[in-house]
Amino acid sequence: MAFKVIKPGLLALVQDLGRHGHQSIGLTTGGPMDEVAFRWGNALLDNKDNSPQVEITFGMLTLEAQADTSIAITGADLGATLNDRSITPWQTYAIKKGDILAFHQPVWGLRAYLAVKGGFLCDPILGSVATVVREKVGGLTGKGDKLKKGDILVYQACSDHEKRSVPRLAIPNYGNREIPVILGYQYQSFSSLERANFFSSDYTVSSNSDRMGYRLEGQEIHSTLKGIISEGIAYGAIQVPKDGQPIVLLQDRQTIGGYPKIGCVTRIGGSILAQQKPGDIIQFTPITVDQAEQERHLQMARLAQWR
Amino acid sequence: MSGENLPNIEMVSNQACLLTFSRVISEATSNYIAQVTQYLVKLEGIVDLVPSYTTLLVVFDDDHYDRFAIFKTIRQTIEAIDPNDFSVKDQREVVIPVYYGKEVGPDIEDVAKHCHLSISEIIQRHSETTYRAYAIGFTPGFAFLGNTPDELHVPRKTTPRLKVPIGSVALAENQTAVYPSVTPGGWQIIGRTPVNLIDWGSENLALIAMGDSVRFEPISRDEFLVQGGQLDGF
Repeated sequence: MAFKVIKPGLLALVQDLGRHGHQSIGLTTGGPMDEVAFRWGNALLDNKDNSPQVEITFGMLTLEAQADTSIAITGADLGATLNDRSITPWQTYAIKKGDILAFHQPVWGLRAYLAVKGGFLCDPILGSVATVVREKVGGLTGKGDKLKKGDILVYQACSDHEKRSVPRLAIPNYGNREIPVILGYQYQSFSSLERANFFSSDYTVSSNSDRMGYRLEGQEIHSTLKGIISEGIAYGAIQVPKDGQPIVLLQDRQTIGGYPKIGCVTRIGGSILAQQKPGDIIQFTPITVDQAEQERHLQMARLAQWR
Repeated sequence: MSGENLPNIEMVSNQACLLTFSRVISEATSNYIAQVTQYLVKLEGIVDLVPSYTTLLVVFDDDHYDRFAIFKTIRQTIEAIDPNDFSVKDQREVVIPVYYGKEVGPDIEDVAKHCHLSISEIIQRHSETTYRAYAIGFTPGFAFLGNTPDELHVPRKTTPRLKVPIGSVALAENQTAVYPSVTPGGWQIIGRTPVNLIDWGSENLALIAMGDSVRFEPISRDEFLVQGGQLDGF
């Protein structure tokens, strides 16, 4: 009762909501780069919030179903096909034994999520199956491996299927590239000119961007702080190293660091950012903690109400 | 540590806040942070804690706390800590055996030259000092240990190594550390320990925790091998 990996694709990783509570020993959290899409995937199938899914970056993944089940696809449109018929994300599909599910290449966004009824069955390490390749932890092997040819993604067979889709208004717009930023505690160390530059410039996603962080290229900004004593780095922190090019630190970020930070991207903003490809252009827009709280509560309420 | 001021609390995002205890690094501050961490970890709705030299990052569940509730909870928790408790905190001492041979410590000669000391003086100075784990990070289980004696201060290597073998004991500026896994690294390598610093199967996961005292104990090549040490990796 499983999907067999026929073609492993560029980067397909087993993820749940992350491995929390171990950052004090330097272990990062991992977890879905687009948490909004991940949460909808489990909601569509009435799974637990944290049920393991596969995060597919870019595409080129082909799976063969060995038993009936129900799946949900959310996040990017990677030109997915089910037995060569095109299928679109943000809804559920019935899967029959022998079906071929493939993700080709990005049409809209960068990362798709494949959820299965009941979640993929995988042994957790420190309470989580989240795969962190760099730290060699999580995933099918427990050793941080990405999916490879011949891997078996186990699920509980299930012949019930309910056709459901995410309400159109709740689907995030990956084309809206205004990324909200909560102004940070080191914001004061950037002059008003630097701040104005930061919020009025276009930044291009660098090809060096990955699950650890999104590196941006554009208008340099500089802090009056030369460096700071290394401190804990929150999800979404925008670090500004000496070259003045901001880096947004995401799911696989290092736990501590010593660069000044202009602010912090929220989980919802980070989810949009993580769908941008190298070469895509984004802008930053300031928000308050209050606005971030409201946005988050609205998001969670929408999910809860829909379930 | 009674009489310590309350830390300055600032919001980082809607899910995290940063507690700043001091602007300067000291053992007293480090003790205080370790202590506060132990209290906050017991609270419901605290997702993660990242203690460092002078700060503590608190990651919280935003379904549990809004920005007012988290401030209040943190303040009340810290105020309720018995000040006398700081002094009685039993500090763990971790002893790490090290083989300081050139075959596993390829930079020890350069370090000796730079410090105008003999290799045996380097070993003696490095192993007679008791260090404190000020922060854990960089990779899981990597403890930043300070401070090394003044005469052992060395700069990082100009070109970092792409692969530093597991267990390598190294120096950089006023700090020393052990590499828990194979990673790139720019510190000067002076020896190797046969001991595992990180073990996902153990209860503590990491051998060294923030706030621990750490000492190095020189061992011979034979003892290193008996304890399971590996000589390859460079």
